[in-house]
Amino acid sequence: MTNSQHQRTGDRAGVVDAVEFARLREDFPILDRTIRDGKPLVYLDSGATSQRPVCVLDAEQEFVTGHYGAVSRSSHQLAEEATDFYEGARSKIAGFVGAGRPEQIAFTKNATEALNLVAYAFSNSAGYGAPADPSSPFALGPGDEVVVTEMEHHANLVPWQELCRRTGATLRWIPLGDDYRLDLSTLDEIVTRSTKVLAFTHQSNVLGTVNPVDLLVAAARRVGALVVLDACQSVPHQGVDLAALDVDFAAFSGHKMLGPTGIGVLYGRYELLAQMPPFLTGGSMIEQVFMDHTTYAAPPQRFEAGTPVVTQAVALGAAVDYLTDVGMPAIARHEAELTGLALQELGRLPGVRLIGPADLTDRGGAVSFDVEGVHAHDVGQILDDAGVEVRVGHHCAWPLHRRYGLAATVRASFALYNTADEVGALVDAVKDSQRFFLGAGTTAAGGRAS
Amino acid sequence: MKLDQLYQEIILDHYRAPHHRGLREPFQAQVHHVNPVCGDEVTLRVRLADASDAGSVVRDVSYDSLGCSISQAATSVMTDLVIGRTLPEAFAVLDEFTEMVTSRGTIEGDEEALGDGVAFAGVAKYPARVKCALLGWMAFKDAASSAVGGTEVVGSNDEGAQR
Repeated sequence: MTNSQHQRTGDRAGVVDAVEFARLREDFPILDRTIRDGKPLVYLDSGATSQRPVCVLDAEQEFVTGHYGAVSRSSHQLAEEATDFYEGARSKIAGFVGAGRPEQIAFTKNATEALNLVAYAFSNSAGYGAPADPSSPFALGPGDEVVVTEMEHHANLVPWQELCRRTGATLRWIPLGDDYRLDLSTLDEIVTRSTKVLAFTHQSNVLGTVNPVDLLVAAARRVGALVVLDACQSVPHQGVDLAALDVDFAAFSGHKMLGPTGIGVLYGRYELLAQMPPFLTGGSMIEQVFMDHTTYAAPPQRFEAGTPVVTQAVALGAAVDYLTDVGMPAIARHEAELTGLALQELGRLPGVRLIGPADLTDRGGAVSFDVEGVHAHDVGQILDDAGVEVRVGHHCAWPLHRRYGLAATVRASFALYNTADEVGALVDAVKDSQRFFLGAGTTAAGGRAS
Repeated sequence: MKLDQLYQEIILDHYRAPHHRGLREPFQAQVHHVNPVCGDEVTLRVRLADASDAGSVVRDVSYDSLGCSISQAATSVMTDLVIGRTLPEAFAVLDEFTEMVTSRGTIEGDEEALGDGVAFAGVAKYPARVKCALLGWMAFKDAASSAVGGTEVVGSNDEGAQR
C-alpha cells in the first residue's frame, strides 16, 4: 500500500460508545460553525450528503501536492505513483463492500451515472432495432420486463423507464404497503419468466426501510433475472457485503459516505462486467482502435472512459479508511440509537405522523415525517432558524410520496457524528414549528386550498 | 435575518384565509404549474373581460393549489393585485414583484405598486423560497398570455383550455 493514509488504520479501533462518537466530531470542522443568528449547527441531512472529516481532505492534498500525474498512461514516476494511489483506492473500496476483486469496482461521476451505466448496457446490447444477441444476459426487447419498486429514488426509476422506452420492454413495479414496506404478496406475479432485471433499493432514502435483499434476490434467481441494488443509503451506514448479498450489480455514491462529491461506484459480478458493453466511450477504455471500429478494454477500465475521477477516488479511499477505523458495526449501532430516539420522541408528538416503520426492525436512519397542518417547507424553515438542517420535499421519491397521499415530507437523517442532544434539538424545533403555525388557537389552512 | 421578517403577519393572514381561491367559470385559459423541487402545485384559471384584446382587464383569477405558506400566500396576494387591472398593468406588477423577490434583499419593493406584496421582500433573503413565492405568479403569467385570443370555457370537465 503506497498510500500513507492507510497507516492510520487501527488508530481508532474499539471506538464504540457515545462519548467517543461525540469526540469524533472534532474531525469534522464544519460541525463547529453556526447557522443564521448564531445557532449551533445541527446537521441532520447526511442522507442527502454527508460532511467530510479532515483526513479525507488531507489525503486529497497529499496526493495532489505530492504524487499527482496522469494515471494508467505515461511511464514516468509521477504517473506510476498516481496510478498506485488510484488503484490502491479501488482496492480499499472493493474490500469495504466485499467485492472479491478490485476489477469489480468501476468509478463513475455519481451513483446516478452508475445506474445509468447498467441501464445503457442493456439498451446497447439490444442493438437499437437490430436483432439482439439472445445469448447476451443484457439482451432486452419487447415482451421483456424490468421490475423496480414503488419506493425507489428517481435515480433507480427514471433510467429504467428510459431503458424500457428505448427497447420496447415493459416496466413493472412492486407496490408499497401501508406498513411502509414492500408488499411482497404478489411478488411471484410481478417477477416472472419475462423479468430480465430486478432493480431495487437496499434502504429507502425516505422511509428508512431496509428491504429483504435475500427474498428479492431469490425471486430474481428463480426466473433468471439480473439484480441491481441501489446501495446509496446502506453502504455509508452499515457493513455491506455485496458478494454475500449475491446481487449482480450495485451502485453507491462517495459523498454520502464521508467522501467527496464527483464520484460514484458501480460494483458488478466480474463475469457479467466482462460481457457488458460500454456506456461512455473514448480514451482509456479501449483495447485497439481502428478507423472503422474499436475493441474494448477489460473491466473496470471499459467503464471508465476519459480521464478518471482520480482525486475523488483517493479521497474516497481515505473516507473508507476512516469508516473502517471507527468500525461499521459500531457506526450502525450508534445510528440505530439515534434513530430509535428520534422515532420515539417524534412519534409521541401530537400532529406528527412518521412516514416509515415506527420501530428499528429492518430500518435505517432516515426519519421522515409529516406535521399536520404545516407544510414541510415551512417546518424546514423553522428548523433552519434553530440551526437544524434537514431535507424537505419529496426527496427524489415522488411516486412514494404520492402513494401515501403526501406532497412533501421533512426528513432527518443521521451519520456517525450526530448526538442524542441533536435529536432533542430536532424535536424542540418541530414543536416550535407547530407553535408558530398552529399555536395560540389559530387554525392554519394547510393542505389543499379548495 | 429574523424569521418574522420572512413570515410577516400579512403572509400568515393570507395563508390562513386565502383570497379568491377555488376554481371558477367561465375562463379562457387554465394552467397547471409545479415546483419540481418540493412538489407544490397550482391549477389556475384566468378570465379576461375581452379575450380578443391584449390590453383587456383581468376579470377573474381562480385557483386550486397545494403548497407551503409562502406559495399559498403569494398566490392569494397576486389575485388581489391583478384582478381588475389591465393585462399590461398586471404584467408590470408581476415584473416588479419578481424583481423584488429575486433581488437577494437589495430591493425593498414599492408598497404603492405591490400592496401586501411588499411583505414578501424577506423571501428574497432565502433563495430556496423564491420559487415558492413565484409559483402562482408564473402560473398567472402563463394563463393570462394564453387567455388572449382564447375562447371562453364553461363546463368543469372541459380540458380545451388546459395546457
